[in-house]
Amino acid sequence: MMGAIGTFFRKRIVIMVPYAWLTVFFLIPFFIVLRISLSTSEIAMPPYSPVFSMADGWAGWMEKFNLLSFDNFVWLTGDPLYFEAYFSSVKIALISTLLTLLVAYPIAYGMAKAPGTVRPTLLMLVILPFWTSFLIRVYAWIAILKPEGLLNELLMGIGVIHEPLIILNTTYAVYIGIVYSYLPFMVLPLYSALEKMDGTLIEAAEDLGCTPVGAFWKVTFPLSIPGVIAGCMLVFIPAVGEFVIPDLLGGSETLMIGRTLWNEFNANHDWPVASAVAIVLLAILIIPIVFFQHLQAKSAE
Amino acid sequence: MQRWTPFNIVSVVLGFAFLYIPILLLVIFSFNESKLVTVWAGFSTKWYVSLLSNKSVLDAAWVTIRIGLVSATIATVLGTMAALTLVRYRRFNGRMLFSGMAYAPLVMPEVITGLSLLLLFVAMGMDRGFWTVLIAHITFTMCFVAVVVQSRLLTFDESVEEAAMDLGASPVTTFFHVTLPIIMPAVFSGWVLAFTLSLDDLVTSAFTTGPGTTTLPMKIYSQVKLGVTPEINAVSTIMIAIVTVGVVIASIITKRQELQRQRDERMAMAQP
Amino acid sequence: MKSLGSIRRSFAPWSDPNSIPYISIRNVTKKFGDFVAVDNLSLDIYNREFFALLGASGCGKSTLLRMLAGFEQPTSGEIVLDGQNMAGTPPYRRPVNMMFQSYALFPHMTVEKNIAFGLKQDGMPANEIAERVKQMLKLVKLEKFAARKPNQLSGGQRQRVALARAVAKRPKVLLLDEPLGALDKKLREETQFELMDLQQELGLTFVIVTHDQEEAMTMADRIAVMNAGKVIQVATPPEIYEAPNSRFVADFIGDVNIFDGKVTAVTGEFVDIEAEGGVKLRMVSSEPPAVGQNAAAVIRPEKIRVTGEKPAGRANALEGEIWDIGYLGDMTVFRVKLDGGKIVKASSLNAVRAAEDPLTYDQKVWVSFDENAGVVLKD
Repeated sequence: MMGAIGTFFRKRIVIMVPYAWLTVFFLIPFFIVLRISLSTSEIAMPPYSPVFSMADGWAGWMEKFNLLSFDNFVWLTGDPLYFEAYFSSVKIALISTLLTLLVAYPIAYGMAKAPGTVRPTLLMLVILPFWTSFLIRVYAWIAILKPEGLLNELLMGIGVIHEPLIILNTTYAVYIGIVYSYLPFMVLPLYSALEKMDGTLIEAAEDLGCTPVGAFWKVTFPLSIPGVIAGCMLVFIPAVGEFVIPDLLGGSETLMIGRTLWNEFNANHDWPVASAVAIVLLAILIIPIVFFQHLQAKSAE
Repeated sequence: MQRWTPFNIVSVVLGFAFLYIPILLLVIFSFNESKLVTVWAGFSTKWYVSLLSNKSVLDAAWVTIRIGLVSATIATVLGTMAALTLVRYRRFNGRMLFSGMAYAPLVMPEVITGLSLLLLFVAMGMDRGFWTVLIAHITFTMCFVAVVVQSRLLTFDESVEEAAMDLGASPVTTFFHVTLPIIMPAVFSGWVLAFTLSLDDLVTSAFTTGPGTTTLPMKIYSQVKLGVTPEINAVSTIMIAIVTVGVVIASIITKRQELQRQRDERMAMAQP
Repeated sequence: MKSLGSIRRSFAPWSDPNSIPYISIRNVTKKFGDFVAVDNLSLDIYNREFFALLGASGCGKSTLLRMLAGFEQPTSGEIVLDGQNMAGTPPYRRPVNMMFQSYALFPHMTVEKNIAFGLKQDGMPANEIAERVKQMLKLVKLEKFAARKPNQLSGGQRQRVALARAVAKRPKVLLLDEPLGALDKKLREETQFELMDLQQELGLTFVIVTHDQEEAMTMADRIAVMNAGKVIQVATPPEIYEAPNSRFVADFIGDVNIFDGKVTAVTGEFVDIEAEGGVKLRMVSSEPPAVGQNAAAVIRPEKIRVTGEKPAGRANALEGEIWDIGYLGDMTVFRVKLDGGKIVKASSLNAVRAAEDPLTYDQKVWVSFDENAGVVLKD
């Protein structure tokens, strides 16, 4: 009903400024990525051709347009390295998301059941790590997981193992890193779904003959599904394109597409291939992203 | 949800142990005498002292803070406008696209955001450095601000704005004298979030920066690639300390205000 | 029929053909997409009138009020206020103020600042503002609470701040959107009379929106009963109650018995109706329907007597048995099942503490009422 009040002019400014910003710095860049992914790599600056310029005029543009090709994408399919990188990114992200859910659910559940006086503090404690640097939190695990690191020293000290476990620079370390870094993203939506649940529902279920475990699976869990979905989206989508965690904790055999892209770009300086890698990554993620946006927009209604 | 069972308590305690022990260890070993971060050799603050004379780290910190302050401020203005658009203007041409662009950066892999912005800057012929990193940070943090402010606006009683206009305030006056003061706490949280996200960012900065502009996370990253040292632990500890103190103070203030509000309401109830 | 005019004071500009309406709503329609909230509605409201828009939620009464305030623009039609067409005038340039259902107090301002807000927008000098705010605080008896924030006030106090804020600018018209909706019953009754006194004292025109018929009946000079975006009847409270113009109004206001039937005879102003279940009634009507037409006799429960014996000298007496008795303290409500099967509601005041011959369940009784106890509605 505000539409009638907001004057036309004011409404225009409020909409146009962020709209223009996002168009220029978020939407247009994607088209540039798409365009460059169809170019050929050159040893020059910028390191690709053709380069479109205003001076070319329409005819020049059309001519250069014909030089664009899908070669980079064909090349991506031809090299099993890329296919494996995509496949293992999605696999690692899926497994980590599932692990995060398993770790986060009991925490969120316990938080939601905590006395009302403790809950705000617990909530703050979950959010606090989120404010601290992602890079630092990943870095903290290096000292723990190293062969001569704190975890191995502890385990060998109490005699559980005699040989140091090799965790750092393996995919296991990447799982640990993702679960650790993204845990708050999973706990928060789960907690908010569980916290607003009416406690009398459980009592009603038990009153009608459900065991506590039965009541959990038949009442609590189904009602927390929106939180589960939101949490999984928040973990899965960024995890697929994760760079820092596989780079710092993973080994050379840990193929993840974010890292491949980074290397293609920074080490090989192959901008067209890096762009093609990004386009394919986006294509993989577009369905979950649209789904996530849909959830966001719906919860905003 | 009445009983807090031992199972619940244990899962919460273990969860928090998992979240905090790595950070705690990192902090502890920043005070290690030895150069190794895994063997305790006695208490020392020498890594902090050597940090103070490390000009490249100090320069990086200063760049990071400047980018953080400026980008958070601009992102807050843009993000608040975006939130107003999303909540208040239900129908306009291109709304679908707008809400898509406003939510997508929340989950977009940083490598993609970083790469696409870099290619834009190259296409525009911009010199990369402070300004390009700034633009990149504004772009991805404004969406977080938008989400925070949006959730506040959703519970906003619009009749308060109507009351202001009914009493003769123009839409602009209404916004600055009524709407903005009321949503200010959310706008401020949005700013703080944008600021910390900017401080933390590695990937987007690394893509969009140019020679001469190195942020602290980039500095830390390149050091980590060379090996784990207590000096990195020291820098990290300082960053963690600043954030922790800030968040704890903010939450104490919020808690105080909440208690005050409850007292006020009890007092109000007791009146005829 | 005797005059059923305003009983509160000798104030009835609407019955004077020479008086000029203060607010004229002319053929106003408001659509939200396909939904018609207000449907070609016309209404005149007079200066210093206390006017109530009464209806169930969704009947369009709030939309109409919001159009008067300027928050909504009519899709078609016009609103004229004190001779000025309000089309295109934004809310902040209209000489009307509104009191919101939620009160809409500014949470970040003190009571004083809330009341001063509108005056400041007008650019009133500071000393005059202070003076006016003081007056207003006195008017609503909140002098001691000037420095409080809204969340430090009780519901009743907040309501008074909202009122003071809305009248501080001396608007031509005060619009009130369910002003008492958030108060508990007891406070609501007190506040009704306070509002009436305030209106008299300030000499303002009040337009109130409410779904509470008692509230409308108590306070208003005239009531417009609304349904589905249309005004069904505009009249004084006694007229609305005693002479509803339609089945909807009769049913909406208070309790009612409706006997549907056919007109069998018309003798002068007397109308004979044969209703369902063979019930024969004789009623009075100033505009009697034709013989053979469908008509309904509408009689309020308190106009009906229930007696053990057949009463003498009552035009209508019907036999039945007591189906239900509801004892409410001040009165008793009977539900009597007539021999034809129809249930009739009747209420009687418990004027004495113990009736000599109390009526009981399943007792054979007579229900009776006079010819002029109700109205006849043509279908």
